[in-house]
Amino acid sequence: MLSKQTKEAFLGPLNANNPVLVQILGICSALAVTVQLKPALVMGISVTIIVALANVVIALIRKSIPMRIRIIVQLVVVAALVTIVSEILKAFAYDVAMQLSVYIGLIITNCILMGRLEAFAMTNNVKDSLMDGLGNGFGYAMILVIVAFLRELLGSGKLLGFQVIPQWCYDHGYTNCGMMLMPAMALILVGCVIWAHRSLNDKEGK
Amino acid sequence: MKTDSNVYTITYATVLVVIVAVLLAVVSQVLKPRQEANQRLDVQKQILTALNVDYSSADPAALYEQIVEEQTFGELPLYVAHIDGATKYVLRLKGQGLWGGIWGYVALDEDKNTIYGINFGHESETPGLGAEITTENFRSRFFGKHINDAEGHLRSVAVLKAGKKADDGQEQVDAWAGATITSTGVNDMLLNSLTEYAEFLNQKPACPATPETPEVEEMEVENAE
Repeated sequence: MLSKQTKEAFLGPLNANNPVLVQILGICSALAVTVQLKPALVMGISVTIIVALANVVIALIRKSIPMRIRIIVQLVVVAALVTIVSEILKAFAYDVAMQLSVYIGLIITNCILMGRLEAFAMTNNVKDSLMDGLGNGFGYAMILVIVAFLRELLGSGKLLGFQVIPQWCYDHGYTNCGMMLMPAMALILVGCVIWAHRSLNDKEGK
Repeated sequence: MKTDSNVYTITYATVLVVIVAVLLAVVSQVLKPRQEANQRLDVQKQILTALNVDYSSADPAALYEQIVEEQTFGELPLYVAHIDGATKYVLRLKGQGLWGGIWGYVALDEDKNTIYGINFGHESETPGLGAEITTENFRSRFFGKHINDAEGHLRSVAVLKAGKKADDGQEQVDAWAGATITSTGVNDMLLNSLTEYAEFLNQKPACPATPETPEVEEMEVENAE
């Protein structure tokens, strides 16, 4: 059904060419929104939608874009989409919009977006660009969720706001790891995930 | 098509920007009523929380209409609530946390002195640390505290690290451990915002006349102008 190239556009970013793990893009927001699982999920979904739509729009108009202002055109498209998503969240998911506050706006500066537009959507057809956008969005969301899962679990003993570590453990001397709430731990966790990912992929190569 | 000529580039940029501008204006206009309704509802829920009213099983907007009366005092918003026959005054608080703005609503008993309930909100305090000011655990520390000292001077309630003592006469609560700057922000916000309401807080028909603090006199002069 899908050509090999289309499939590769979708599956590549999930593993072998993951935007966070391999290209080290979008790290800044990965640090900021991964203290808890819920904002990380919403951020992952928002970025996926925006990168997919932006890829489609740019792929549609790619032949008409003047080369000299192509970056500005990409930026305008991304900024417009981010603003629309932000407005929609404020109208239909107010709580989540308040929780993510500035980070939705900061999707504009997420390097993954500009990276995919410039590297992929400018030179590929609409269908492949859509798949590439979805793949990169999911690849990014995946890492966010892994990091947020560990940080919320170890940092506050909760998942999605629900207490998962029983009171029994606290009564017997277990304490939450306050370090996990600091941005620095997100970077260290991302580093660990990259480490694991590299060593696994190396084994496959040999 | 020659896409690298100056005329084409400028025309393209203009058309693109106009299209995007129209699109954003339309989206903004269409969604505005919903967003404003959300904001209003959010404020109403915060005020209900400050009044210790449980709205989980009822329609918060209807409940709000029923018990809260919106007034203003000068420029400041003032909410008068009637709960079980008693009058409560809800004042708005505004301040600065570590990363951004913090705000809150404090509900006072009829004596304009005892804190009946309080609620905090924040833009972007650190989850697990500063953000914990919104929790029941932190809010309940204020319940029953007095904002005036024994002589009736407005002193606010100090938010201090456990173990520290407030100046004489001022009541205090423990700060949230690990969230020093946010806690200081809450402390300053309470003092500043309550001072703004000083004139209102001093209108005490039920209480004996009290000597006014210099701060209060200043406020009155400002308001008189």
